[in-house]
Amino acid sequence: MQSLWYFLLAMMLVAYAVLDGFDFGAGILHLFVAKTDEERRHVLAAIGPVWNGNEVWLIASGGVLVFAFPGAYAAAFSGMYLPLMIVLWLLVLRGLSIEFRSKVEHPLWHAALDAVFAFSSAVLAVVLGVALGNLLRGVPIDETGYFQVDLFTNLNPMNPSLGAIDLFTALVGLFAFVTLAAHGATFLVWKTSGAVRARCLAFASRAWLAVLALAVGVTVATAAMQPEYFVHFTRRPWLWPLPLVALVAAVFVRRLLATGREGLAFVASAGFLAALLVATAGTLFPTILRSTVAPYSLDAYNASAQAATLAIGLAVWIPAMVLAIAYFVFLYRSFRGKVERMDPPY
Amino acid sequence: MSSLGWSRLQFGFTITYHYLFPQLTMGLALLMVVFKAIALRKKSPVFDDLARFWGRVFAINFGVGVVTGIPMEFQFGTNWARFSNYSGGVIGLTLAMEGIFAFFAESAFLGLFLFGEKRMGPRAHFFSAVMVFLGSWLSGYFIVTTNAFMQYPQGHAVDPGGRLVLVRVADYLLSPWALWQYAHTMSAAVVTGAFAVMAVAAYWALMHRHAAHARAALRVSVALAVLSCMVQLFPTGDQQGKLVARHQPAALAAMEGKFDSSTHAELAILGQPNVDERRLENPIIVPSILSFLAYGWFGAEVKGLDAFPRDEWPDNIELLYFAYHVMAGLGTLLFAIAALSAVLLRKDRLLRTRPVLWVLMLAFPFPYIANIAGWMTAELGRQPWLVYGLFRTVHGESPRVSAGSVAFTTLGYLGLYAAVSIAFLFLVGRAIAQGPAAEAR
Repeated sequence: MQSLWYFLLAMMLVAYAVLDGFDFGAGILHLFVAKTDEERRHVLAAIGPVWNGNEVWLIASGGVLVFAFPGAYAAAFSGMYLPLMIVLWLLVLRGLSIEFRSKVEHPLWHAALDAVFAFSSAVLAVVLGVALGNLLRGVPIDETGYFQVDLFTNLNPMNPSLGAIDLFTALVGLFAFVTLAAHGATFLVWKTSGAVRARCLAFASRAWLAVLALAVGVTVATAAMQPEYFVHFTRRPWLWPLPLVALVAAVFVRRLLATGREGLAFVASAGFLAALLVATAGTLFPTILRSTVAPYSLDAYNASAQAATLAIGLAVWIPAMVLAIAYFVFLYRSFRGKVERMDPPY
Repeated sequence: MSSLGWSRLQFGFTITYHYLFPQLTMGLALLMVVFKAIALRKKSPVFDDLARFWGRVFAINFGVGVVTGIPMEFQFGTNWARFSNYSGGVIGLTLAMEGIFAFFAESAFLGLFLFGEKRMGPRAHFFSAVMVFLGSWLSGYFIVTTNAFMQYPQGHAVDPGGRLVLVRVADYLLSPWALWQYAHTMSAAVVTGAFAVMAVAAYWALMHRHAAHARAALRVSVALAVLSCMVQLFPTGDQQGKLVARHQPAALAAMEGKFDSSTHAELAILGQPNVDERRLENPIIVPSILSFLAYGWFGAEVKGLDAFPRDEWPDNIELLYFAYHVMAGLGTLLFAIAALSAVLLRKDRLLRTRPVLWVLMLAFPFPYIANIAGWMTAELGRQPWLVYGLFRTVHGESPRVSAGSVAFTTLGYLGLYAAVSIAFLFLVGRAIAQGPAAEAR
């Protein structure tokens, strides 16, 4: 039951990364692929009706984490106190910059909120990568089950005094930034037209090369830091195809974009993200929060709620997810196709 | 100040600020469904205008409500790690259900409601309004249930590791405290929504603008205001009080400023609690009424604070006392205003009675204050417990987070929310100035 919840939670987080990932990406590119006010409205109209729903995957994952793994929730969120607060503030700013922009017709208002939107999206993408980096590297959980890391200390991932940001986690942050930018560009190619689409297309084909290079870099760095992951990986044959899927997907995104099959290109881009993250979760399993102080890692068994509670939760989770997926299908169908002139301007 | 003190201040501030927005959107969601339903039935463009106008105000409020709500869910972990670890196996269920049942529905259909009107037909658009309403009211239910567990724990057991586990789901989700608190909270949200609509309609009427819209808006909002104010006092407020009397007698004593136990207990209308001398200064009291309200008969014994050890007293009796009295006083006043307006609705006399329109235009802050005061009553009355009778507030904080970190983030929230407030007031002001006939943008 604990392992099942581990994978349910991982699935929700993957859904979050894929869905909110593209609107973060759109935010990163916002100032560069859209120059005029009309073009920027175009970008915002592409994500406007859906970004909030995408973000709910994060909130829902947070709720599921408290419920299924309260020990891990308590340790991770209090231990990463400042990074998490920064995430929350950026989420506040980002949400409001999207929602408030169109409410006033004034060039300075638009410029200011465009900048807030781009800035918060870019930093959030990096911070999410840094968070993933911390999961991979581990944090100094001790016998109490808690830890506390500063935002940064000396940037050395091998140093005993760890910060949330060091060279390794920063590399993962950079990887997340470039990947989400490429993912967002692919999404915008699919949803927009004209100059915005052309700029995104040009960016995407180059960005996906950078993504591949960084993916290799992060994998090598992780291998150097935590050789144990490769032992896990090689012992779990069902994980073996995933890196291949990711590689093929990334190569295909470029080809599909070049041949104009935009919807499929986005699917491939989402496939790349999902395959990579599922492979990561599958390798980490059952660890949720790796401790750099053995043997205090929090895993699916020692940080979970009781099995009986988890069984109750499953009875609730399944119908809720069926409904949620139905809503999303309905929502995305209603706004299918390119952004149109008749859509209310953002 | 200790990190515990900063964390309490931070939670109190961020939750109070956050709840300024959902109380309006939950109430307004109901009013918008009514507007859309009338518009659909009568094919009335006036009601469509009203739904669209309030949809614009709703969207601004909803946006701020969503983004200020996200920190709340994560603060359980950041600032109250021991509490989440202790109780996550129970309250995690409703926090998760809020996300997966309510927020998905709300966010998906809000996108459709705000941006899809031209892409969908009027019926599908009405359906999205209903789903936004259901989603936001469902979300309210899960949060109130979470809080109700902290007030009156039901359906749980303690595992060998000393943590809470959920054993009887129905007892947890349907505890009497949760049901009454939910009814009380939601009708209070409708009061806020109705008084907001009344205030704007009264403004139009006073300015002799949008006469048809003002008339239509007043008829719906006054009716809902009377109804919700009535439900507020009886049965929900009454039942809530009886639950507090039965299960949190120390909180009741502090709310009433009652230091000594007695039969035929008096109700304090006014007065200032002097905790050191254990008396109420300048009291204006009504004898025996508290016994009746709390237990249903005038001779009942009501325990004063003297019946409880000092370390089980709520730790801010003064604020608790005034929060409760402000809530009850404003609740009564709002009912009087709504009832008077309802009487004047006949033959549209309300539209010609300018003094009452003035009152309606200026009364809209009162429901906000009453809502916040009500929550302060619940939360201060729960002290010194985080989970009543089981887990103290002092044991709930994050063990490794320094006072400096919490002070930093508390000040950060103050600054951030100050900036948000300015933008919010500016935008809502503009939306109201544009009026109901303005083209949606």
